[in-house]
Formats: sequence, C-alpha cells, structure tokens
Amino acid sequence: MTDYSVELKNLVKYFGRRLIFDNINFKFTAGNIYGISGPNGSGKSTLVKIIADLISPTRGNVIHKAGEKVIEAEQLHNYLGFVSPYLYLYDEFTAEENLIHFSNIRGIKFQRDKAEHLLNEVNLFERRNDLVRGYSSGMKQRLKFIFALLHNPMLLIFDEPTSNLDDAGKNKVYELISLEAKNNLVIVASNERADLAPCKEIIELEKFKR
Amino acid sequence: MKSYSLFRKDWQSEIRTRYAINALAMFILVTISVIMFSIGNEKLSADLTGGLLWVVIFFSAMSGLSRAFVSEEERGTTMTLHLIASPSTIYSGKLIFNLLLVFLMNFVITILFSMLFPAFVVKNILLFVIAFIFGNIGIAVSSTIIAAIISKASSKGTLYPVLSFPILLPLILTLLELTKFAMEGNTIAASQIEIYVLLCYDVIMTTASYLLFDFIWKE
Repeated sequence: MTDYSVELKNLVKYFGRRLIFDNINFKFTAGNIYGISGPNGSGKSTLVKIIADLISPTRGNVIHKAGEKVIEAEQLHNYLGFVSPYLYLYDEFTAEENLIHFSNIRGIKFQRDKAEHLLNEVNLFERRNDLVRGYSSGMKQRLKFIFALLHNPMLLIFDEPTSNLDDAGKNKVYELISLEAKNNLVIVASNERADLAPCKEIIELEKFKR
Repeated sequence: MKSYSLFRKDWQSEIRTRYAINALAMFILVTISVIMFSIGNEKLSADLTGGLLWVVIFFSAMSGLSRAFVSEEERGTTMTLHLIASPSTIYSGKLIFNLLLVFLMNFVITILFSMLFPAFVVKNILLFVIAFIFGNIGIAVSSTIIAAIISKASSKGTLYPVLSFPILLPLILTLLELTKFAMEGNTIAASQIEIYVLLCYDVIMTTASYLLFDFIWKE
C-alpha cells in the first residue's frame, strides 16, 4: 500500500464576496475512501479542484505527501488521477490515441497491456479506435476512468463518478473504486448515497458555511 | 521530450481540425489580395513593401496564434492539460507549436511578397534572414503568452489585439528598421544595434513568459 496523504489546513474559499466554505481542516490517508457531500452549489467540485491544485484557495493550504516527501505543485499531476463530468478528452482523437498522447505528455511509456485491460474492464475495447467525438456521454465518462488510472496514481479524485453511467457502468465504477482504495487514497465527491456508501469518512460541506 | 509530445498532440490535432491553419491561410490570402486590389497599377516603393510585409505578418499572427490556448479553452480541455503536465511543459509545447506556425506562415508571406511585389528586393539576404529568424521567435514567444492570458477572458477576440499591440510594437518597429536596412543593402555591422535590440526582446520575453506562465495558467 502507498503512504500518500493529503492535509487540508484552514481551508477557506470565497467566490467574490460569497463564502463557499470556511476553515476546513482534514487529513486524508491512503488505503481509505473519503467522501465529500453537500447539496448543489455547496462547493464539492470547488473543494476537489483545490485539492487537485486546479484552483487556489482564498486562504489555507493543501499539503500532499508521499511518505515524508512533500509533493510540489509542479509534480502533482504525476500522483493524481481525476474524473469529473467537466473534464473533457480530445474529441478529434480515438480513445487509444488519447491515451497514447496522455502517456507521452506525462513522459511515461504507454502501457498497452494495462490500457487494453482497462478498456476491456469498462467495455470500450471494441470501440478503442473510434473517434471520441462519436462516443455517448456514458462512454466518455468510462474513458475518463482509464485516463485517471493509466499512470498508476496514488491519489484518485472522483467528482460525481457515476454521472451519465448506466447501472452496469455504476457497478463497474464501484468495483474500480474499491480496488483502487486497497492501495491508494480515494476521494469521492457526490450527492448519490450509493457513491458515498463505501466511504470511511464524509466531509459534509454544509457544516463549513460559518 | 514532454513538451515535444504536447507539440505532437497539438500538431496532429491541428492537421485534423485545421483550427489555426485555415484561419491563417485565409487571412494571408485575403490581406494580400486587398493590398493588390488597392494599389492597382501604382508602383510601391521598396520601403513601403517592407513595411507592408510586417503589417501582414503582425495581423496574421493576431488571427492565428491565439488559438494555441483558446482552442483548448473552447473545447474544455484546459483542465485535462492541467492534469497531465506541468505549466512549463505546457508553455514549451505550445511555444514549439506557435514557432512552427509562425515560421511556416511568415515563409509563405515572404515568398508571396517577393513574387507579387517587384519592389520587394532584399539586397542583404543574410541580414534579412537574421531579422526573419529572431523576429519570428519574438512573435511566437509574445503571441503564446498573450494567448494564454486571453484564453481565460470572456472577450477573447477584442483582448488579443489590445494586449498584443503594446507588446509587439517594439518588435515590429525593430523589424521594420532591419528589413529596410536589408533592402537597402546595409551591412550587418551597420545594423548591430537593431539586431541586439531584437535579441534582447526575445530573451526578455522568453524569460518573462516562463516566469509568469504559472500564475496565468492557474485559476
């Protein structure tokens, strides 16, 4: 099991004068699944984006550590897998081309065996050479899981992981999440009870509104 | 190597979508046609053709080079890039893409000018090549960082010329001087100051771009 951890210290986020959340202190550790819940507009996506260093907090810090080593923001993308409905892959490429480009840009060798295994897992193997433009929203969502998992990240952030998925797709996602949580740190942001069911602890954002 | 992979992704994407190439090709064609129609049978002086060359290059750069980042923003793939590469890799990859585009675009414009305007005769080819190479680097570096800034704005179309005018003006003025010198047949030694200004511009813009890109890139 990896020893990845993420610590939120006095995290505050405002959009303009509107407070999103105030003073969140929390520590996530590997081998567990954590949930972030709250009604629409409560700041779930904002919080996961801050954890993933996609946006900055108004105040406070997010500290990523692999063991004792602090991960610099510049290197965070190597440790992080991220799935969300507002993440888009390149429509003009096929699924396989997308994955090859992502591996090359990350500077890692494209693991064809792992990619094919994951494509099989999410039922996209037969369509791997089709342009993503022709995919349904559910298929695009499933491809995002391969995007998140292909580089063996230690931290996985799933924002509304089951959006656009059918029941079979949802079950496959729950299976993948449980499997990944054995070794890695998994954070799930969702309103769906089923998505949050396997979580060890849940941050309820309504409690951080002052 | 990572930057080169990002460039390859962009280039392959460009070949399939023709996002920037079509815009640039049409702009060059239309601009040169309008110049041809407007001068009619008038004979242009050598100085004027040199000036027009950089005017066409300046506006073509504005029409096509902003797309390096704007296309990512419009397709919603900016976050995807955030998740696969460091800011310096992204800037370098986009810069390589814009460098290639600028060199291709300006090569075509220069060839068209030398074919269509008899007054466009360069007497000191080496001096012109020096101005051309360092000028293109300056345009690519500046356009790339401006493109990154405007990609975050809502009124991208208006902001690009507004921002690029003051940033590219010193470069264009120096290039106009150097082109004039090259067309008059001045020696490189006599044009040393302008060449140094050009080099300094490239170095300053490259350094500033790499230093500032982290702040521009992150929301």
